[in-house]
Parts: sequence; structure tokens; C-alpha cells
Amino acid sequence: MRDFDFLSKKARQLRVDTLDMILKAGSGHVGGSFSIAELLVALYYDKMNLGKGATDPDRDRFVLSKGHANPILYAVLMDIGFAPKDAKDTLRRYGSPFQGHPDSTKCPGLDCSTGSLGQGLSIATGMALGLKKQGRPGQVYVITGDGELQEGICWEAFMAANAFALDNLTVIIDRNRLQLSAPTEETNPLDSVEEKLKSFNFAVDSVDGHDFEQIFRALDKKTAGKPHCIVANTVKGKGVSFMENGVKWHGALPSGDEIAAAYKELGVEYGK
Amino acid sequence: MANKEATRFGFYEGLVDLAKVHDDIYALDADLAKTTGSVAFQKAFPERYIDVGIAEQNMVGISAGLSKVGIVPFCASMAVFVAGRAFEIIRNGVCYSRLNVKIVGSHGGITAAGDGGSHQCIEDIGIMRSLPNMVVLQPCDSNQARLIAKMAYEHNGPVYVRTSREPMENITSLDDKIQFGKIQTLCEGKDLCIIASGMMTCLAHQALDILKEKGISASLVNIHTIKPFDKDGVIAAVRKAGKRVLVCEESNMVCGLTEAVASSLVEEDGIRISHVAIEDRFGQSGATGELLEAYGITKENIAAKAIELCKR
Repeated sequence: MRDFDFLSKKARQLRVDTLDMILKAGSGHVGGSFSIAELLVALYYDKMNLGKGATDPDRDRFVLSKGHANPILYAVLMDIGFAPKDAKDTLRRYGSPFQGHPDSTKCPGLDCSTGSLGQGLSIATGMALGLKKQGRPGQVYVITGDGELQEGICWEAFMAANAFALDNLTVIIDRNRLQLSAPTEETNPLDSVEEKLKSFNFAVDSVDGHDFEQIFRALDKKTAGKPHCIVANTVKGKGVSFMENGVKWHGALPSGDEIAAAYKELGVEYGK
Repeated sequence: MANKEATRFGFYEGLVDLAKVHDDIYALDADLAKTTGSVAFQKAFPERYIDVGIAEQNMVGISAGLSKVGIVPFCASMAVFVAGRAFEIIRNGVCYSRLNVKIVGSHGGITAAGDGGSHQCIEDIGIMRSLPNMVVLQPCDSNQARLIAKMAYEHNGPVYVRTSREPMENITSLDDKIQFGKIQTLCEGKDLCIIASGMMTCLAHQALDILKEKGISASLVNIHTIKPFDKDGVIAAVRKAGKRVLVCEESNMVCGLTEAVASSLVEEDGIRISHVAIEDRFGQSGATGELLEAYGITKENIAAKAIELCKR
């Protein structure tokens, strides 16, 4: 039995850690980090086979293709013991394992350098293809942004994932419907992304990306012969009411009274 | 093997031989197997050959992913599409993480003659050598291309290999002991040092006869490793040849071999330098010979530039 209460608390803690790190750094992406908290928890604290640890070649792999949401991934990697906990205060600092966008040569347990949108999806496709070619185990999970899908390479990767029947690839789309400057539908409309992926011959599920029951129902599905796409309908900035669904919280930081208010909503008293 | 063959074919002959003993070697292409020469690998190892379709960016991304699970991918397209179109994937997806991905750009230079300027890549050398962590290799003939396949495989990290469409007479041997990151001296001389790469080395080799008739003694240095650049080797070769240097490259004069040579000599006094290169203009359609003539990529032009240089 899955302990949803434990997982929910974990998601909340990761949001707190993320806010700590970003505030300390003075910059970073809060909104897109918060929208994937439950997805990361479902993967790293339940679904993924982490094998014998960060360097195990047969463990499942994770690629954060929307690399700018890395603070919350760093929080996960520290919490599970892959990345050094004492680096928490060094986000975006010189010499830090926690670069402004993910650098796998600097951060232990980070499976892929990303940050240039679309590339993570393509690289994850290559990982899945390589594992399949070699007859090796391991599922490759990748989270993309929805705005990210405006990059053409994503659709090249989708075509290839179908061509190579990569059923060891799970693409999770963080469908928070906002990109840096505007809503996705006011920029390059993406609806219905489910139908688009179905037409690329993916097995497609659409879930509430903050509801563990729905997330696991999709993650547990086997999709023999087909790559899997989970459209996770999420809320950018989820967990802090004044950040939710606000375009400005892509890259903005809370300031003044907002800081204490944000922590309070996450169940923590600021400064204590 | 044929005595006159393009490096694009020699390279894959070498890679096929290598793949017989190294089962981690895979080849990828973007629908251009017959063009790049990767068709030889496809025939020999169909299970280790991946055609990603007409999608060079994704080919590089997929190669990065393959390398992350222990495969050594050699991904190919025409130079203009792989080094050009996929540049940023090579930068951020491959070089930034120093992944063990090999990029093969065929049809470097202007000898994709009939196809026109859109397909003639004169910028790849400059683009690729500007990337941190990248190694840039260019064989001068098909014998050397076979050796370069092994050199690329043995280097653990990103490599760009530039091959050519044009069949050239082999001037090097399969028994040559070429060294990664070192110049290859093909001929010693005292009046000037010709430094060339790719098919320009073959043309420069032909120009030596013309120079000999004029009583000029030229050394010929082949640069198969454009990056890392053998600065010390070049300085020593230039000192032995009257400090006169003629650089020959089938690429844009901007950021190419000339600049690599010139920057390696900035601390040397009394250097006289000249070059044969594409003079910052796009190619166009034409018969190969006609085009080479129009762009000065000929043994006659190399000889003329050398004679001129010896008067300085």
C-alpha cells in the first residue's frame, strides 16, 4: 500500500527546500518547480528503481528536460542521498554542484545536463533506445514542460520514440499551461496535446499532476510496444496560493511579506 | 581498396574494421547513408545501425543518450546539416557534458559541387573548433581516414570528423604512425612550410613538384588533428623552413586552419604567412574542377602563393 500521506508531506517538504534554495540564491524558477513536486515524489520515492544508488548502471533514469525547474530536483537528490546535502546553500554559486541549469558533470546522481529546452527529451529517447538495443533493464522517465514542446526537436524525438517502439520511455508533460511570458494557448496553442501524442502512436494518459492516485494509475500502466506519455495537468506555483497560475512566478522571487506568507502556506514558520 | 577514394568512404571502411572487435560502436545517420558513406556500416552491422530519419538535431540528441548508456555513437550527415543545424545540440547536449559522441560531417568544403552553396560547408571547422571539449579531426586521404576512425574511437570525448566527397589519390599509408594531436610531416624543406589539412594536403603534395621545378624547397605538414592544435609541432616545423608559412584549407578563412596556425605563431618573431582558403563567400553549383578553379582550390594556386611568399 502506498502511503499518500507520507508522499504528500514529502512534496511539501521539497517545496520548502526549493524555496529555501532559490531565496538563498537570489534567483531561480519557483513556479515550474512547484508544479512538478508530486510528479518527482511519485518517481523518486516510489516508482523508480534506484538500484544500488547513483552510479548503478541498471537503475531507472530520470531526465528533467525542463531543466530550469532543477531546484526541486536538487532537493530530491539531496534528500535521497545522491547529491551532497551540505551544498544546499550553494545553488547558482561559483563551484556549486547545483548549477543554474542542470550539469551532470558537477552534480552526482543527475542523469543528464539540460536547460536548453527540448534536448533532454531527445537525449532521454537515446538512452531508452540504447538500453533497448543492448537488452538492458531500466525505464527512462523524462519530464518536459508544455511550453517546451514548441521546440521542434521534441517532435523529432516523439517520431523516433514511436519508430523504435520505446516502451521503456515514459514522457511526462508538465501541463501547467503557462510559459515564461504568457499562457501557452495564447502563444502556440497546444491543445489537445493528448490527441497529438496519440497520433504519434504513444499510449497517452491524462491525469491531475498533483493527485498521487491518478499519477500512479498512469505510471503503473504497461505499454508494450509503445512509448508512454502522461499529460500531467498541473498548476504552476502549486502550493502557494498567490503564486498559483501566475505568469510572473516563472522566474520571480517572493519578497517582503510574501516570503513569510509563502512559507506559512507550505506549513512552515519563516525564520524559525 | 581503391587507390583513389574519398575520405567519406575510407572512414567507414576503418570504422567497420574497428566495429568487428568493439561491439560498443554504433553508427547513426539522418537518411543520408549513401551520401555520408555510413551505408558500409549499415551493411556490415545492421543491428548497430540507426537511421533517425531527416532529423539531425534529434540524431545528435539520441547519440548523446546512447553514449550515456555506454554506446560509442558515430552520427553522420552532411557537414552543413550536422555541424550547422545541430550546432546547439552538439554544444549543450554533447560538449557541455563531454559525452563520448563522434560527429561525422561529410562533404566538408565546396566539393559538394553540383548541389550548390546550400550544401557546401565552409564553416564547420570554425564552428567545431570553437567548442570547448571538442576534438576536430580531418583526414587528408582515404588511407588516413581509416586511421582517423580508430583515433576518433580511442579518444574518450566528443570528436568531430570532417570527411570529403572528392576522391583523391592516396598520399599516405595505412602503416603511418600518426599521433593524436600531433602534426604529420610529409616532406621536409627549407624555404617555406606548407601547412594543410584534408584534401588540401593532397593538392599541396601535387604542388611540391611545381615548386621543385622552380627551385623551391618546401616542407609539407599535414594537420589531421585540427584541435587540439599542435602548437609546438607547428612552431618547430616553421622554424626549420625559413619562418615562411603557407596555410591551405578548404574552409572559410574566418576561424579556420589559417587562424589556428596564425594564433599558434603569435609569439614568434619574423613570421611571413599566407594562405589558400575560401575567402568568406558561399559556394555555388558547378562542375567540381570548375568550382575548385574559381575558388582557388588548386595545386597551381598553392604553388603561386608559395612562390609569392618566397619573394617576401
